[in-house]
Amino acid sequence: MLGSTSGSVANAERADESRTPPRLFDRGHRADAFIAFLIVFMVVAMAVSLLLGRYPISPGEAVQMLASLVFPVDQTWTTQQQTMFFNVRLPRILLALMVGCCLAAAGAAFQGTFQNPLVSPDILGASQGAAFGAAVAILAGLGATGVSVSAFAFSIVTVALVLLISARAKGNRILVTVLAGVMISSLFSAGVSFTKLVADPQDQLPAITYWLMGSLTGAKLDTNLFFTAIPMTIGCVVLFAVRWKINILTMGDDEASTMGVDARRIRLVVIIAATLVTAASVAVSGMIGWVGLVIPHLCRFIVGCDYRTLMPASMLMGASFLLVVDNISRLATTAEIPIGILTAFVGAPFFLYLITRKKSV
Amino acid sequence: MSIDISHLSFSYGKHPVLEDIDVSIPDGMLVNILGPNGVGKSTLFRCILGLNGDYSGTVKVNGHDMRTLSIRQRAREISYIPQSHAPIYDYEVLDVVLMSTGADLGMLRMPGPRHKRIAYEALERVGIAHLAHRTYTQISGGEQQLVLIARALAQNARTIVMDEPTSALDYGNTVRVLSTIRSLAREGLSILQSTHQPDQAFLYSDRTLVLNRGRVLAFGRPQDVITRELISEIYHVDVEVNSLYDDRVRVCVPMQEIER
Repeated sequence: MLGSTSGSVANAERADESRTPPRLFDRGHRADAFIAFLIVFMVVAMAVSLLLGRYPISPGEAVQMLASLVFPVDQTWTTQQQTMFFNVRLPRILLALMVGCCLAAAGAAFQGTFQNPLVSPDILGASQGAAFGAAVAILAGLGATGVSVSAFAFSIVTVALVLLISARAKGNRILVTVLAGVMISSLFSAGVSFTKLVADPQDQLPAITYWLMGSLTGAKLDTNLFFTAIPMTIGCVVLFAVRWKINILTMGDDEASTMGVDARRIRLVVIIAATLVTAASVAVSGMIGWVGLVIPHLCRFIVGCDYRTLMPASMLMGASFLLVVDNISRLATTAEIPIGILTAFVGAPFFLYLITRKKSV
Repeated sequence: MSIDISHLSFSYGKHPVLEDIDVSIPDGMLVNILGPNGVGKSTLFRCILGLNGDYSGTVKVNGHDMRTLSIRQRAREISYIPQSHAPIYDYEVLDVVLMSTGADLGMLRMPGPRHKRIAYEALERVGIAHLAHRTYTQISGGEQQLVLIARALAQNARTIVMDEPTSALDYGNTVRVLSTIRSLAREGLSILQSTHQPDQAFLYSDRTLVLNRGRVLAFGRPQDVITRELISEIYHVDVEVNSLYDDRVRVCVPMQEIER
């Protein structure tokens, strides 16, 4: 039962893979299969979404239009169709995928680093800060770009404020960080209420209210989509790269530290990356709740808690989920339903189903 | 020397917890720390592990001053086995063990097949390889404690610190866990563990360190250290220390139950 001490690691390195039981990769296989399924589903959902809409575009035309970006193709479609396709539908679909991916990744990362399955990406005030920034920009009469930039900046500043306060606070690191986040959030939430109070009820107040409900209608390929893609990509790459360390953080700071992992440093990296993607998402799409909370949970039920698979699964499923919900949002009724409302309608009952059903994993 | 502590003092605010601790623990020795609740055992462990940095004095592990080492370097010298606890998320046993194998990995790296083999080997070493793919939260408390021991082994540090590894276990699991620890010490690991049972110190230690009111009261072979007077002094209980099997083992019996 017990081998010799000095030779154990050498033995381990020489140990034959075949000695390990065949079940070794079972869960891994299942997770790989699920991730492959998610990739296929996302591509199919994207293709179908490109064809869906009140303005008809046939699959052939869609393929030709996409091909025309690279190859010289004779134009068989109308200019109107082309404008619709490249300026409205494609950017909106890309934005839905990006925002869904980011919110789910940030939620999964926060649930691990704060050792709490109930936190969502806005736990440190990123959303409320962005909301205040957007509301102030609307009051100041700025355009869509100004509102986005202001929302992004306020979002980042809010989380920075929370980190500064929690660094000075005494006690359990995680607890004081989350508490500071909740407090600062409510402060900015009060700020948003105040801007609503003083806003012009004819145009500014509806603009603020609509922004708070969340929407992907503002997507533009050459401007906001391009600029938000930068922080989103950086943040997601970092969150993906540190996913193994997030596993170790769930064991608590002291244990992580005795295993050679600087918990505080990793947590700071995760917070910065997750805040970057959340701020970018909220800045272009407004408040879209539930994705960051529900999607990681759903993935955990299917692939388990190991962030090596949980993180990519959450990213892919979050992207597909928001795309599907956004399709409903733009197609279900003649007037668009704000997607923030829909994610809550879909997310809340589904979450209740998840936590009440018998656990099988 | 595995652990070399000199003039270690630590206080929480103005409240002194450890005062002038001086202990040297040789390599390959199994040491039990005995002492009443709140006497500073856990604080001493935290100082040794580098989790409490603001102490005075020096702590050397395998000859390295712990204050001069980075978190990663510390993990290569000493590993820690906490009391078994339920993590928030359900991990596979193999993944729990795998977590400690990455002390040589950079922030963005992930464990590969080599680490997986080290983890599997560690599970084999404590005799629970068959649990590798079970969910950690669904195995028994004794098995969980063995998994945490395997995790410490997989870290491949020469010195291990354990905080009351058997406090939550039933009798059978206590014996199994302690005899696993005993065997590991015989293989050359240096192990420091805290306990509340003087009888365990007799059975499962080479040396016993007695802490009282933040100071070292005694340090030596358990037969020499654990006496009727010492138990009375630190626990305020009258016991008789009995010798069994030609003094190969001793047990403490509380006298108030016998004399009645």
